[in-house]
Amino acid sequence: MRVVHYLNQFFGGVGGEESADLTLEARNGAVGPGKLLEQLLGGEAQVVMSLVCGDNYAVENQQAMLAAALEKIAEAKADLFVAGPCFQAGRYGMAAGALCCAVQSKIGIPVITGMARENPGADLYREPLFIIDSGDNPAKMRDVLTRMASLAKKLVGKEAVGYPKEEGYIPRGLIRDQFVEQTAAERLVQMVLAKVKGEPFESEMTAPVFAPVPMPTGVKDLGKAKLMLITDGGLVPKGNPDKIQGSAATRWGSYSIQDCAELRGENYEISHGGYDPQFVRQDPNRLVPLDVMREFEREGAIGELCNVFFSTSGLANPLSNTRRMGREMAEKAKQLGIDAIILTST
Amino acid sequence: MQITSARPIAEMVGANRLVLGNGIVHVVGDAKASAEEEKRIRRQLVQKALEALQRDAD
Repeated sequence: MRVVHYLNQFFGGVGGEESADLTLEARNGAVGPGKLLEQLLGGEAQVVMSLVCGDNYAVENQQAMLAAALEKIAEAKADLFVAGPCFQAGRYGMAAGALCCAVQSKIGIPVITGMARENPGADLYREPLFIIDSGDNPAKMRDVLTRMASLAKKLVGKEAVGYPKEEGYIPRGLIRDQFVEQTAAERLVQMVLAKVKGEPFESEMTAPVFAPVPMPTGVKDLGKAKLMLITDGGLVPKGNPDKIQGSAATRWGSYSIQDCAELRGENYEISHGGYDPQFVRQDPNRLVPLDVMREFEREGAIGELCNVFFSTSGLANPLSNTRRMGREMAEKAKQLGIDAIILTST
Repeated sequence: MQITSARPIAEMVGANRLVLGNGIVHVVGDAKASAEEEKRIRRQLVQKALEALQRDAD
């Protein structure tokens, strides 16, 4: 089994934060934790190449890093790609996640990585990837690599993969068919009874956990700031030009409000299931408050209102979709020089 | 910052600047009010949003 292993500058033994701008570098054979990985994979496994990259370079030049890495991994004729483990290192986790996704989809070989649940890379890539829950303590390297190697061998051998808690990976949100003895109603009643008695029980549907979002500092001078309106209430121009789906939307749109003092019902429609759209249809300002924003703009309370608003439909949407759209919107808003956004949600 | 009437969802996903809207079907409106009164309500909600945007974390 030919293995390619990705490491950041620190675990690659190149240096600490001062080496974070290092570009991607390929080395022959195993480096640092790669040696232990090779040993734990056992048998014929050989780390034929180690890719080492600085954390800053990897995140700031992600596309270039991915392209260079994909080329090297293809050249190495790898059967397995391993990244990390990254523990709590955020930039390392982001790079490892992006790389594993790219290798999985472009080269089509099994991939595995490891990181702490709180690593932003885990939040972003837990759905498409097997990410071994590494915790935040690098002293557990052997334990983490043991679980990574064990799951990697199953993936390469196309063996059945067990549940997250059996294999030690971060839950991916996959739903699998299974035959059970009791109906959902019976299981549910048992859980309720256990809960009432204070006995342990295990929920079959755990709520998603969201990493805390740091609050940006306040806008210093709103009178000079450029503001933007965004809605997830599905307001679109008549005819829905971007074909934004009313449920589980994969698209969002940017619509001009240049020279408009207010929104008029005859020009818009709602593409959003679930809520009764008649009130917003009558007067779209009830969802996207353009009329009063124009007043604040005239009065000088805000510097300027952006001449477009963004819209999508926020109904029954998988997180992977909404996260991607959120990132795309944030990127576009940055390009437009926006200082602050008011998001109206139904 | 976010204006929403679905407060539990906003809190669950970690929204940190939040103004409670005036109903899911008209977050910044009020179909029962007169046009004038409705606009006053909307202005008040957006005013609160603008204030929230200027605040730093406590």
